[in-house]
Amino acid sequence: MVMGLCLFALGVAAALTIYRMAAGPTMLDRVIAMDVLVAIVVCGLGVEAAFNRHATTLPILVVLSLVGFVGSVSVARFAARDRT
Amino acid sequence: MSAGGIADAVGAAALLGGALLSLLASIGLLRFPDVLSRMHAATKPQVLGLLLVLLGVGLRLRSSIDVGTLLVVAVFQMLTTPVAAHMVGRAAYRTGNVSGDALAFDELTDGLAGDGPGDPSARMR
Repeated sequence: MVMGLCLFALGVAAALTIYRMAAGPTMLDRVIAMDVLVAIVVCGLGVEAAFNRHATTLPILVVLSLVGFVGSVSVARFAARDRT
Repeated sequence: MSAGGIADAVGAAALLGGALLSLLASIGLLRFPDVLSRMHAATKPQVLGLLLVLLGVGLRLRSSIDVGTLLVVAVFQMLTTPVAAHMVGRAAYRTGNVSGDALAFDELTDGLAGDGPGDPSARMR
């Protein structure tokens, strides 16, 4: 019951975030939406691991929290370079 | 109610709180008008929501190695999120996505023009 509620909230959140990622309007909005989507995926994996009481997906959380910021940093660098 | 039952209930509440925070942040992401206010909304699931979810996972799994892994996740997330936010905010300012009339103080424009305290040519581009 609680797990369904959590996953429903995370699903709606992911859908709205993907809409923002598609709509833009600037590249930076898409980058922010991508960061949020990574956080939502981490939350979803954590919720599933918590309610089913297994630790199989915990290494995925480590990897996502480590490399999730690389994409947004590199896109932000190129977006800042456009003007100068 | 046993200690394990209490931990399970608190963990479920924390997980629900984290999920609802993610939902709120995505609504803010959808409705807020510009890049900086969207960044403001985006930090909620990235730090507080994620920490709540990790707290919930730790309270329900309750083995020391799993809690250690979750601590590593929390530390890495709190190390990397400010880096990304700094770079995105910097890019937003330099591409003209920050409107100056909404700011009470704006020392960065003077700094970028070269007559401020920091010479922009010495900065990282």
